[in-house]
Amino acid sequence: MTPSPSIPLFEEVVNGFNKLSVSGGTKKESSDLRRTRQSAFEKFRSLGGFPSIRNEDWRYTNLARFLKDEFTIEGWGGPETPAPDASLVEKAHIAGLDCYQIVLVNGSWDGTVTGGELPKGIQLLKVADARQDPALSVYFEKQAGWNEHFANLNAALFTDGIFVRVEAGVVIEKPLHIIHIYTSENNLLVQPRNVWVINKNAELSAIESVVSGGSEGGIIWVNSLSDVLVHADARFHHTMLQTAGTGVRLVQQTSVRQHRQSLYNNFTFTLPGAELVRNDLQTRLEEDHTETHLYGLYLTTGNQLVDNHTLVDHQKPHCFSNELYKGVLLGQSTGVFNGKVYVHQEAQKTNAFQQNNNLVISPKATIDSKPQLEIFADDVKCSHGSTVGQFSEEALFYLRARGIGEEAAKGLLINAFAFDVTEKIRIPEVETHVNELISLHIPTNHA
Amino acid sequence: MLTIKNLHAEVEEKQILKGINLSVNAGEVHAIMGPNGSGKSSLASVLAGRENYQVTQGEVFFSGLNLLDMSPEVRAREGLFLAFQYPIEIPGVSNINFLKTALAEIRAHKGLPPLDAKEFLRLSREKQKLVEFDAQLVNRSLNEGFSGGEKKRNEIFQLAMLEPKLSILDETDSGLDIDALRIVSKGVNKLRSENNAFIIITHYQRLLEYIVPDFVHVLYDGRIVKSGTKELALELEEKGYDWLKEEAREKATTI
Ligand SMILES: Nc1ncnc2c1ncn2[C@@H]1O[C@H](COP(=O)(O)OP(=O)(O)O)[C@@H](O)[C@H]1O
Ligand SMILES: [Mg+2]
Repeated sequence: MTPSPSIPLFEEVVNGFNKLSVSGGTKKESSDLRRTRQSAFEKFRSLGGFPSIRNEDWRYTNLARFLKDEFTIEGWGGPETPAPDASLVEKAHIAGLDCYQIVLVNGSWDGTVTGGELPKGIQLLKVADARQDPALSVYFEKQAGWNEHFANLNAALFTDGIFVRVEAGVVIEKPLHIIHIYTSENNLLVQPRNVWVINKNAELSAIESVVSGGSEGGIIWVNSLSDVLVHADARFHHTMLQTAGTGVRLVQQTSVRQHRQSLYNNFTFTLPGAELVRNDLQTRLEEDHTETHLYGLYLTTGNQLVDNHTLVDHQKPHCFSNELYKGVLLGQSTGVFNGKVYVHQEAQKTNAFQQNNNLVISPKATIDSKPQLEIFADDVKCSHGSTVGQFSEEALFYLRARGIGEEAAKGLLINAFAFDVTEKIRIPEVETHVNELISLHIPTNHA
Repeated sequence: MLTIKNLHAEVEEKQILKGINLSVNAGEVHAIMGPNGSGKSSLASVLAGRENYQVTQGEVFFSGLNLLDMSPEVRAREGLFLAFQYPIEIPGVSNINFLKTALAEIRAHKGLPPLDAKEFLRLSREKQKLVEFDAQLVNRSLNEGFSGGEKKRNEIFQLAMLEPKLSILDETDSGLDIDALRIVSKGVNKLRSENNAFIIITHYQRLLEYIVPDFVHVLYDGRIVKSGTKELALELEEKGYDWLKEEAREKATTI
């Protein structure tokens, strides 16, 4: 496929990549890492640059209207990252939660931790530093499974992000709350790269909140890539709270690798705001007896386009995966769900379940839901289901017949619909926070 | 309290209620009996404001207000309560939060502030006791996984909490065993007062032994074909409905 040079952002990234090699920003990186950047960029170009609806994985997610704008890319020696805005930190604050908290502004962390001193056995580093550390370089060199346009772009051009590592056998009791703030006066492409390494028999609970500045600033395109490695017997509980505002276009890729008997729980909550959200969550079960839970909830309004693509790749026997994504669609928003479960021939005794339920509230909202099961092993238990429905008239009448107003009744039903997902949240303060976010965003006029 | 005049209603273009006249005063208990499909639940639905019913003729006044002009929630706030024949399950809505919301809205309508957490809890405990409703069920999702009897008892628990002026009980007794029936009846009898009224829809005379009605009406084919006192219920129990159907048919042909 030939790249589309008519897209201004495409020009910008090509120039950016050419500058990268001459600016000396990658000078202290390993030669392997530099080669990885090079091949990732070539891959991005050979895939045709930015995806279009001709690409199967982008069929329902047309980026054309978002790619019309001009952006500059954040490179080295660019404008100073602004200091965290206290009101934005407050916006992401989770009431009553005892946690370690760090704030990243446009993917950069200033090194401050609040909520207490980090315990021994957990390491937090700026990716700008970690990538130059010969001992850590390996975490950035692998290009495993990145067949995607945006992931390759990130792998080629990332400058910063957060590196988190938990040592073997260490259980971090308090959750880690990462607040990602995105803010800029001009249109900006930000490409944070995050790495999570949970070593053998370690445990961590992390919450990542995405917030953004007001609508008066420039548009921010966030193309983030997170690599998650959950080693044998380790447990990682990973919650995403996407509450960015209208000026944000968020493409977030999370690539998880699980080893023997490990547990990975992912919660992805997408709330009204960002005009474009594309989540690619891929979990590769590379060893046996793993357990994976993927829970998602998207509440969309206005003109939002929210796309959740997930992959559960069962490579080995005796693994268990369970996925539940629920969507509430309002306004003229569009939702996309594509859930792929791939069971390799070797992956006998696989248990893989997937469910996607949607509540389409406004007649102008749409959802494209596509479960995809590809099973090559014969001794497995797999199921999937997808539903699209409206409010139950019976339930509405029951609530109204008890004196509850129509709008309040609808609010109760939306919360109830989301309940299957929210009740799974393991941390009560986070559960309360999410429920409040949902209530806050249920507009009083559902048309 | 309630005056129904010549009420006609249809659902899906099918005439169901064909001229109902009924007056209920404060302090009274009316029983409505009648064979299956005669329109008892439909009458209850029209009074509660179910939107798939169209009123084609007649009028209904409730405490002097035009009931048919009000939305279902305003009817409830004005003090009308329907204990559903088939209470539905709403997973994810907690029973107690639902009641808290409902009570707050009804109080707000009367210009009263919501009860604080402590007062609400006290009220809820008191009413649970009154209808012997299991405390465990109070904290569960609304009717989710409840047995038939538990659902019916939950309706009466809600009735007790919301203290309506007019309660319509639609076959609350069906599906209840004799013990549950006694408990429900005891609850209703305790809630009866000079200021409120009950319409009890039932198939069986049995319930009326516990909740003694002031009046008994027989609904057949969308009309009240006979009214009387509690003795009428006994007569129906003995003779069934066939003689009434005959009478109704004769009446219809002579007109
Ligand atoms: N939604 C509906 N659509 C069509 N017919 C209905 C509907 N609801 C009730 N009916 C009809 O109305 C008539 C009266 O039903 P109902 O009021 O439930 O009677 P009862 O409670 O006395 O058994 C029945 O013939 C029933 O089939
Ligand atoms: Mg009935």
